[in-house]
Amino acid sequence: MRIRVTDHEGIEHALEALEGWRVMEIIRDWGYPIRAECGGACACATCHIYVDPDWVDRLLPLSDEEEAMLDQAFDVRENSRLSCQILMRPELDGLHVTLAPA
Amino acid sequence: MSTQPIRTDVTIVGAGPCGLFAVFELGLLDLKCHLVDILDRPGGQCAELYPEKPIYDIPAISVCTGQELTDKLMAQITPFEPTFHLNQMAESLEKTADGWWRLTTDIGTVLESKVLVIAAGGGSFVPKKPPIKGIEDFEGRSVFYAVRKMDQFRGKHLVIAGGGDSALDWALNLQPLAASVTLVHRRDEFRAAPDSVNKMRALVAEGQMRLEIAQIASLEGADGQLSGVVLKDKERGEWPLACDTLLAFYGLTMKLGPVAEFGLNLHENLIPVDTEKFQSSTEGIFAIGDINWYPGKLKLILSGFHEAALMAQAAVRVAYPERKIRFQYTTSSTDLQQKLGVA
Repeated sequence: MRIRVTDHEGIEHALEALEGWRVMEIIRDWGYPIRAECGGACACATCHIYVDPDWVDRLLPLSDEEEAMLDQAFDVRENSRLSCQILMRPELDGLHVTLAPA
Repeated sequence: MSTQPIRTDVTIVGAGPCGLFAVFELGLLDLKCHLVDILDRPGGQCAELYPEKPIYDIPAISVCTGQELTDKLMAQITPFEPTFHLNQMAESLEKTADGWWRLTTDIGTVLESKVLVIAAGGGSFVPKKPPIKGIEDFEGRSVFYAVRKMDQFRGKHLVIAGGGDSALDWALNLQPLAASVTLVHRRDEFRAAPDSVNKMRALVAEGQMRLEIAQIASLEGADGQLSGVVLKDKERGEWPLACDTLLAFYGLTMKLGPVAEFGLNLHENLIPVDTEKFQSSTEGIFAIGDINWYPGKLKLILSGFHEAALMAQAAVRVAYPERKIRFQYTTSSTDLQQKLGVA
C-alpha cells in the first residue's frame, strides 16, 4: 500500500503505508515536515492536510471534534483534514494528500 | 525590570508532568524547587493539549485524563511546597561568580540555584502565527497574538480572528472601547463558552459588532501599519475589509525558544543527556522528559518519571557534594514518611 504526499514545494512522494497507521504517522515516519504536536490526539491541528478531491468521499467523514480542531488551522478548505484522524486501510491504497501551510 | 534574585536548590524549567514529578523525587532528597512555566497553570501538554483526553499508560492507573494526572501530581508534591512562577518564559541563563545558575524570565523573575532541570517538553507554548505572506512586518505594531494592555486598542478598528474562547473573550472585552470590532471565523459555529457566544450574537444582532464567516487571505498596509485584510470564502471569493489592527487567536504551538540559547549541545532541538544522571553537556544542568534525547529514548510520561528519579540522585550530589546520600524506600523509611507528612 502506498500514499502519495505532495510537500510544501509541490513535489509528490510515494510513501509505503501500513494498514492501521494514521496518515500523519506515515508522513512523520518517512521524515516529511508535519509537526503533529499532540501526537495524534486530535488536539492541535498541526497535521493539517488537503485530500485530493478524488479521494475525499472515500474517507470516513470528519467527526465534530476534528471539525472544531480545524478552527486552529489556516487556509482551511473543503478538503481539509487532520491526517492523524485518517487510518490506513486497503481501500485507501493510492490516497493522495497535500501538506497544508504551517 | 529585574527583581531581587531568589535562591533555591533547584530551578525547574517546565511544570508539565515530568517537572512536577521531579519536585517529588528532589523533595525526598531535601531539595527545594522553583518551577517556571509559560502557561498560566501547571500541567504542560496534559493541561493545554489534552486535559480531557484519556491516558492509559501511567503505571498502575488504568485510565486518567491529562487534567486528572496533573491534579494527582500536584497533590503528591504538596508536602514539598514547590513555588510556581507561571505566565513567564525562562529567557536567559548565566553562571554567577560563586557558581550558581542564574535564570531570568521574560518578566524579570530571577532564580538562582545550584541545579537547573530543563523539563520543557516540546518547548514553550506560544501563539500560532498565521502563515500569511508578510505578516511579520506588521507584528507588534498592528498585528497581535495576545492582549497585554486593553487600552492599546481604544478607538481602533479591530479584526479579531478565531472561534475559541480567546477570540470571543477579547471581542467582547474590547468591543466597548474599540471603534469597531469584526469577528472573523471560518464557520458559523464557535467552540467557546456558550454565554460568550450568546453575548457575541446579541451584539452582532444589535449592529454593535460584525461577524464575517470567512478566512483571512492576505493583509494590506505599509510600514507595519495595517490598512485592511482581504477575506475569502468559497462562495464569495475574496473581498477587502478595512481595519487598522488584527488580533489573531488560533491556539498555541510549541517552540523551543530561548532554551536553545542556553549554551547546551543540541540534537535536532533536543538536549542530549547521559542515561545515568540525565545530565546535559553542562554539569549541573539536567534535562528530563520529552526535551531530552538519548539512544532508545521514548517520549512517554513514564520515561520522564524514571528520568526524574535518577536525575534527582545526581542533582543532590551536585547541590550538596558533602552530603552522604542514603537510598531509602517510602514504604519503610520513617524519615521519608515524615517528609511526606504521613508519619
